[in-house]
Amino acid sequence: MHFQLTSEQRDLRDSIRTLLARRFGREALWAAVGGGGLDRELWRALGAAGFFALRLPEEAGGVGLGLPEAVLVFEEAGRALLPGPLVATHLAAGYVGGAAEGETVVTAPDGGLVEWLAAADVVRGEVTGAEPIRSVDPLTPLHRVARGSADGGFEAALLTAAEQLGSAGRSTATAVQHARERIQFGRPIGAFQAVKHLCAGMLVRTEVARVAVYAAAVTGDPVEIAGAKLLADEAAVECARDCLQVHGGMGFTWEAEVHLHLKRAWLRRERWLPTARALELQAAALAEAP
Amino acid sequence: MDLASTPEEEEFRARLTEWLAGVLPALPPRPDPLDWPGRRAYDTGWQRRLYDAGYAQVHWDASPARRLIFLEETERAGAPYVGANFVGLLHAGPTIAAEGTAGQRDRWLEPVLRGDEVWCQGFSEPDAGSDLASLRTRAVRDGDAYVVTGAKIWTSHAEIADWCELLVRTDPDAPPHRGISWLAMPMDAPGITVRPLRTLAGSAEFAQLFLDGVRVPVANRVGAENDGWRVTMVTLSYERGTAFVGEVVACRRTLAEVARESRKNGSWDDPVLRRRLGALHAEFTALWRLIQWNVSEAGATGVPGVGGSVFKLRYSHARQDLYEAAAAVLGPDALDLDRPWSLDRLSSLSYTIAAGTSQIQRNIVAERILGLPKEPR
Repeated sequence: MHFQLTSEQRDLRDSIRTLLARRFGREALWAAVGGGGLDRELWRALGAAGFFALRLPEEAGGVGLGLPEAVLVFEEAGRALLPGPLVATHLAAGYVGGAAEGETVVTAPDGGLVEWLAAADVVRGEVTGAEPIRSVDPLTPLHRVARGSADGGFEAALLTAAEQLGSAGRSTATAVQHARERIQFGRPIGAFQAVKHLCAGMLVRTEVARVAVYAAAVTGDPVEIAGAKLLADEAAVECARDCLQVHGGMGFTWEAEVHLHLKRAWLRRERWLPTARALELQAAALAEAP
Repeated sequence: MDLASTPEEEEFRARLTEWLAGVLPALPPRPDPLDWPGRRAYDTGWQRRLYDAGYAQVHWDASPARRLIFLEETERAGAPYVGANFVGLLHAGPTIAAEGTAGQRDRWLEPVLRGDEVWCQGFSEPDAGSDLASLRTRAVRDGDAYVVTGAKIWTSHAEIADWCELLVRTDPDAPPHRGISWLAMPMDAPGITVRPLRTLAGSAEFAQLFLDGVRVPVANRVGAENDGWRVTMVTLSYERGTAFVGEVVACRRTLAEVARESRKNGSWDDPVLRRRLGALHAEFTALWRLIQWNVSEAGATGVPGVGGSVFKLRYSHARQDLYEAAAAVLGPDALDLDRPWSLDRLSSLSYTIAAGTSQIQRNIVAERILGLPKEPR
């Protein structure tokens, strides 16, 4: 047993992080918030980097890697707040032509919602009668659809959890940086226990979610995936809220990035094993324990 | 990232479970929790069996993965916990192994492994608990001995211990962290008074020590004079890193029992309660994964890291949540001390205080992992 990232996994994570820093930096993020629609060029760049084809066998033109690697790149996507139906397109690679290469944008309904419906080329699932809603997340257009879509998407849940994990990590880092730099009462606010303890709590939540997500990726066990989704949802939402709190009044402004993480975390929590379903799965597993 | 055991690890597990199945039925009955001599005899007897079978050293020199397997399987089989050997095996032993001289290792390690000698911990003082560095118990050189005067508190197993890992101030003029030394104090030395303290769980789990001119040979100092703080940090990283592993396995078993009771008494039909137990299932699964992560990391670096504080923080609260949920399942029966989990609920209250309060752990996480500035003092 050696439950640590391999050097290949570190390299993969670092290369995606570098790509996203270059192609989706702060300027691109705010352009997207301004309603730029889906950036097809970026989507193709992700395809070229293997983001969607990661788990396709090499014979099929893929990279031949597994869930643990997919989780690492989705964590980076979550950290960068990358918009778009990433999970649905990744899961469509090998089934929908062009998805693996980033030429085709694929979306899928779940939890009574479908994201990026107008921008998508292909929809996997039933969306007749879809009604647009005014999405809380400025980076994710949403339609409401009739409930009843299957909820067997454990892989979708795990990849969503990985995005939540990345978001939690970013919120924690942002809060810590602010706490180091913001001076009040003559010293950095991070020196005060009230702020320090908020930050420590953020790190603890993130690290617990991280091992849960990584372990679920290694075992692929549905119950463990549901548990990882629970903990990652909690980490993403609570860390974004605490990050906002650490930023004080600045955190409540549109210009601060914090609210974008919180809104996306709320959205992801409703998708692919929302809290109540994940908790019931945990309870059912307990009831079946010997 | 890998969670699968190697063939060697699986072979170790198979041999261990077979040995446990053979030895456990022959164990004497567990003593009354208030019978300290009985507890000592029981715990050291178990340690001797481990020694004879070649498992005594598993905490110190086996691979970290084997230590996890050992703790997992002994807990699963219902084997005795380290009990009275806790400080010797998990604190003083590893500290002496890492920081002691060859002569000190020869003198003290083997008796701990064989279950011949029991240790207790003399760190905290009435006026220096969380602020450990402000401790005042003084040790003054007199020839080849230190003369120790002061008081210690929250000392578990003091009544039956042979040795005490003692922190003393050897330089009162140095800054607080710089003037401390780590001594091995024989508990039969003249001048030591042990006063048991009764916990809120009703039992006398720990004691206060009064030290009045106790002579401790200078040869019993582990590490350099006035370098005891650094030596102590070695000890504490073990305490926060791996000392709770077996307990997490036990908590997972308890949670399954609580769920069974809940299904039996009908409280399972309450979705709020059922989901609360479900959340604990996710929580303890993740805590087990966190242990595997930390142990894998320590395997690479050799020493348990500050990640131990992350674990300790989350685990101590999860353990309290578990017994609160158990009480919710039991309803009014939770007020009956003879019901299972009632005493555990009480003793779990110490977890966010002992071995560094949650507030101190948050400071450690914030300052040493996140690099936030020190608190104004």
